[in-house]
Amino acid sequence: MLEVRDLNVWFDLGGGNELHAVRGLDLSLEPADRVGLVGESGCGKTTTILAMVGLLPPSASVAGSVLLNGIDLLARGEGSVRPHRWRDIAVVFQGAMNAFNPVKTVGAQIREPMELHGIASGPQASSATRELLELVGIPGSAATRFPHEFSGGMRQRASIAMALACRPKVLLADEPTTALDVIVQAQILELLVRLTRELGLTLLLVTHDLPVVAQVCDRAAVMYAGEIVESAPIDDLYHDPRHPYTRLLFAATPDLFGDEEVISIPGEPPRLDRPIHACPFRTRCDRAFDLCANQRPALRPVGIFRTAACHLNDLRVASDMAGRRTPS
Amino acid sequence: MKITRAASRSQVATDGVGDTEPTLLAIEDLAAGYPVRRRLTDVLRREPRHAVRAVDGISLTLRRGEMIALVGESGCGKTTTAHAILRMIEPTAGVIRFNGQDITTLPANRLRPLRRRMQMIYQDPYESLDPRFRVGATIEEPLLIHGIGGSSKERAARVVGALGRAGLSPPEQYLDRFPHELSGGQRQRVAIAASIILEPELLVADEPVSMLDVSVRAGVLSLLGGLRRSGELGILMITHDLSTAAHFADRIAVMFLGRIVEQGPARDVIDDPRHPYTQALISVVPKRDPRDSSPRKILTGETPNAMKIPAGCRFYGRCPIREERCLHTDPGLQPPADPAGERHEVACLRR
Repeated sequence: MLEVRDLNVWFDLGGGNELHAVRGLDLSLEPADRVGLVGESGCGKTTTILAMVGLLPPSASVAGSVLLNGIDLLARGEGSVRPHRWRDIAVVFQGAMNAFNPVKTVGAQIREPMELHGIASGPQASSATRELLELVGIPGSAATRFPHEFSGGMRQRASIAMALACRPKVLLADEPTTALDVIVQAQILELLVRLTRELGLTLLLVTHDLPVVAQVCDRAAVMYAGEIVESAPIDDLYHDPRHPYTRLLFAATPDLFGDEEVISIPGEPPRLDRPIHACPFRTRCDRAFDLCANQRPALRPVGIFRTAACHLNDLRVASDMAGRRTPS
Repeated sequence: MKITRAASRSQVATDGVGDTEPTLLAIEDLAAGYPVRRRLTDVLRREPRHAVRAVDGISLTLRRGEMIALVGESGCGKTTTAHAILRMIEPTAGVIRFNGQDITTLPANRLRPLRRRMQMIYQDPYESLDPRFRVGATIEEPLLIHGIGGSSKERAARVVGALGRAGLSPPEQYLDRFPHELSGGQRQRVAIAASIILEPELLVADEPVSMLDVSVRAGVLSLLGGLRRSGELGILMITHDLSTAAHFADRIAVMFLGRIVEQGPARDVIDDPRHPYTQALISVVPKRDPRDSSPRKILTGETPNAMKIPAGCRFYGRCPIREERCLHTDPGLQPPADPAGERHEVACLRR
């Protein structure tokens, strides 16, 4: 339904310098999918979703395609995205709960996009607003209240209601719970899961928090230095990671009940304003070998519904084949 | 309506089961708050000045070589507690003992020499370092302020030593750098170096890793863990992240609306929580394993306003196991009937 193909984003840093923030990213989303896009700060995950809805700053240039049911949203710049932004693809930003206009009621701000896009108006828009609020677990009567009368969790719910105002098919959520307390976070995550079930909404959840993805998503793509380095069903990602970065990222995340040692990943990601030779993770990888410094690993299938960009998987295939040959 | 306090004073200050390390910090019944601005109409009506009692009845004991994590949701009073302990705000009640000395009302001039024994590490290493100061100068500054450290040569050696202890190696390479040339993890290590150069006995770390990337958090936390294990200091870490507390702290104190509702050895509090609030918190922390499907207890209701604290248990409005008596009796922190471990305490009438 929504397919991102070979997405590249560059930021002009001035003086002829460019930062290659997203590098050849492919992603495909089906109806009611819950997909996580995971990575650390600066890996390009937010840039990716901004590119998908045409909200990058003017200093950015984009190449590649974002196909929504076969229509390329990037084909003609703003003109091709605008009819679909909010109507088909909506975004909830990090800290969206603080983006409400303080002098307008919450209800007025939810109905605004409906009226702008000609979805509903008048009493119809009012009842749709109340329905949306109730859908996200806020009493419909709260539509007449102002943002400051809402708690942080309620404001975040309201911002989700606003994103859903034009009945989009896809919701891109950028760190929607990062600023919230765990109990409120649990409520918002449950809400997102429920929306995918009840409305058939497709969710792309962007976060640095692996346990959040583990709880919400069916599958996830791990980004490193502007690229997807591994993509797999979430269970495989945790129990059988095929990229060392995925494994190390899980190992660096403390688990409430786990008692294994939490370890940090040494070193830093490569600079994105310079060309990256060979494997971008090799300097921090605990399994790097000579090939990693010479050849760039391609993102290749490594099982059912999963891909990874690591030379170790080729070694694995080679040794499997060798193993199979010996008995005969 | 009769209001009773089930137990007013905690036992922790006096017990010493199985642990011989000396007590570094002992807090008893600490309270602190902030005055609330009166409206003009309140002033005219001569209404009394109200205060938010941000924290109330906090009792806590920190031993040398120990790390206690103070956990809870935003606004529960974790940071206020830390500020009151360091006398950055004045406590309104209670006693703070540092190395056995009562510092609760110590005048500023006598508190000053003690200040270098208590250091604070802040959440945001981008804000806490002066961008115009080179790393070497940032770390040396506390020595100059306190007029210690000897000659400039001796000070330079101490700066290098502190950088090394903070895990920045080789330390000499960092001396002339500016904060903007460092990564977030390196900046936090510089902030830690600047706080340990005075050889403090108490380190208060307020959300020391929440601004850092996942991949470097463990390194900074292990660094704090190592400093604590050296036995020279005790660490009070403030965090909203139970998983971090479970992995790195020796003890956990869970706060709710200005009170400690449960405290004990970290593993015991996580594996066998007794307070319904702790149980709810633990159930909603996302687990790393996607197969984890343990039921989540999502609390209903909202935490009461800190200006209108209920008479009985503060958790009453959200508690799944409340009883009539909880409405009237403010439960004190005390060991449950069958504690999970030593020095395990819970503030709940039903435990």
